[in-house]
Amino acid sequence: MDTKRTTFQNRWLPYVLLAPQLAITLIFFIWPAGQAVKSSFEREDPFGFSTVFVGFTHYARLMQDPAYLDSFVRTAVFAVAVTVVSMVLGLLFAVAVDRLMRSARLYTTLLVWPYAVAPVVAGVLWFFLFNSTTGIIPYYLSFFGVRWDHTLNGTHAMILIIIAAAWKQISYNFLFFLAGLQSVPNTLMEAAAIDGSGPVKRFFDISLPLLSPTTFFLFIVNVNYTMFDTFSIIDATTEGGPAQSTNILVYKVYQDGYLGLNLGSSSAQSVLLMLIVIVLTVVQFRFVERRVQY
Amino acid sequence: MVENRPFLTFLTHLFLICGFVVVALPVYVAIVASTHDAQTLMSSAVPLLPGSHFLENYTQIFTNVSAANGLPSYPLMAANSLIMAVVITVGKIAISILSAFAIVYFRFPFRLLAFWIIFITLMLPVEVRIMPTYKIVADLGMLNSWAGLVIPLVASATATFLFRQFFMTVPEEMMEAARVDGAGPMKFFRDILLPLSRTNIAALCVILFIYGWVQYLWPMLVTTDPSYYTLMMGMKRMVAVQDGEIRWNLVMAASVLAMLPPIVIVIFMQRLFIRGLTETEK
Repeated sequence: MDTKRTTFQNRWLPYVLLAPQLAITLIFFIWPAGQAVKSSFEREDPFGFSTVFVGFTHYARLMQDPAYLDSFVRTAVFAVAVTVVSMVLGLLFAVAVDRLMRSARLYTTLLVWPYAVAPVVAGVLWFFLFNSTTGIIPYYLSFFGVRWDHTLNGTHAMILIIIAAAWKQISYNFLFFLAGLQSVPNTLMEAAAIDGSGPVKRFFDISLPLLSPTTFFLFIVNVNYTMFDTFSIIDATTEGGPAQSTNILVYKVYQDGYLGLNLGSSSAQSVLLMLIVIVLTVVQFRFVERRVQY
Repeated sequence: MVENRPFLTFLTHLFLICGFVVVALPVYVAIVASTHDAQTLMSSAVPLLPGSHFLENYTQIFTNVSAANGLPSYPLMAANSLIMAVVITVGKIAISILSAFAIVYFRFPFRLLAFWIIFITLMLPVEVRIMPTYKIVADLGMLNSWAGLVIPLVASATATFLFRQFFMTVPEEMMEAARVDGAGPMKFFRDILLPLSRTNIAALCVILFIYGWVQYLWPMLVTTDPSYYTLMMGMKRMVAVQDGEIRWNLVMAASVLAMLPPIVIVIFMQRLFIRGLTETEK
């Protein structure tokens, strides 16, 4: 962590400059995080008059709670599905746009805007499309003998939130893959073409390996996004149901804590989630540092 | 392009057009649905061509739909969303450019500690620590207030990093020259650093405005008073009606209005948007 070679001399000014950021961080980030850790080891009586230290009870209970473990598995399925779907589509679009010269900008404009759609709105839009009484998609699915009802069928509900969450993320992946593809040296492509390899072979032998840093970066970012930023999509569509089938970890923290008022368990879940975020962030940053040295 | 393959180019166009159609489908259906009356949308599958109730639906959104759902008027919710997005954008940029300036241009005790404290905010999204943060805001008496809505969201590690990264690329000579000419730190900041950061600030504005506009969980937690409702909360309320049918034509009209501002910004400021997106994430 460097400064400039020469720096200003001033005893109090840097603290004044940092004060707003630090104050907010301490009050609204560090302190609540500390509180979460603290109350994850405590049990509060129903009236909130006294708290008892209970050690790892909440954690132990979570680890034995089939509902929590289920939620863990569901979150993993959801995260991997959203990541894979949105990254594959993003990559395909990027490869296609990268092939074109004149119309590349137009297509970029056409594909980039879903990023700006609020997750709640995305949830509502897909909910409407898949709505079992009047939605278009169930209507057409019925010709194939599929009776779509995400209010009763857990798998359908999961598919719905995967589609809604992935839809919003395609444009993000697309932009990063496109930037990656455009930095692949043209000379490599030309040399390969002269040696007689076609576009498909060139993609798999040159572009894809050179994209591996971007791919890894996007993988982490997407997993992070699906685990934490999809709260509003779920709240607007399935609200964790039917029968918990879309109750991912972040939503469960909210349900148990804010709606169910089970503070200890909710805090323990928060702490576990924080650990997951920290691991993901550290992985991401170690990797970014490595990439800078290329 | 390395070689000319007309057929492959044709396929590429075809693929992209199909892709666009699929990606745009939900929004297209929303626009179409917002031009029909409630009856059409309830009877069978949604028609794929626009109807004739466009004006009617949108006037209803602006006039009386809100009261029926216990919501504040639409213009008020739109104003709330706008205020929230603008204040968060300006606040985040102001706070993080100052702290990046302090971290890069000064050497002082606890500098590394300060850096790490800011860094940690990156790791703790609000979704993860809902209950304790809510409790603190409640203890501070900031529920149902603009302060409670906005202040916890204006700390920004990413923006601080972006500015730090950028300041490190500003040539050393700039500052040395400023110092030789007798400029103090704040004069240097105002007259040299700020003008140099213009493009970065603009790019961040686009990203942060969208970030502020789409906020949902936090406003929902800290405001129970309908006069603070934003568009996003209004949307959810309209869908989550307990009894009776959802009036989809109005919900879709509201969705269209809620997505319009950020989409317009992204499309018209595409270059800044892409720049902001790709640089803040590095």
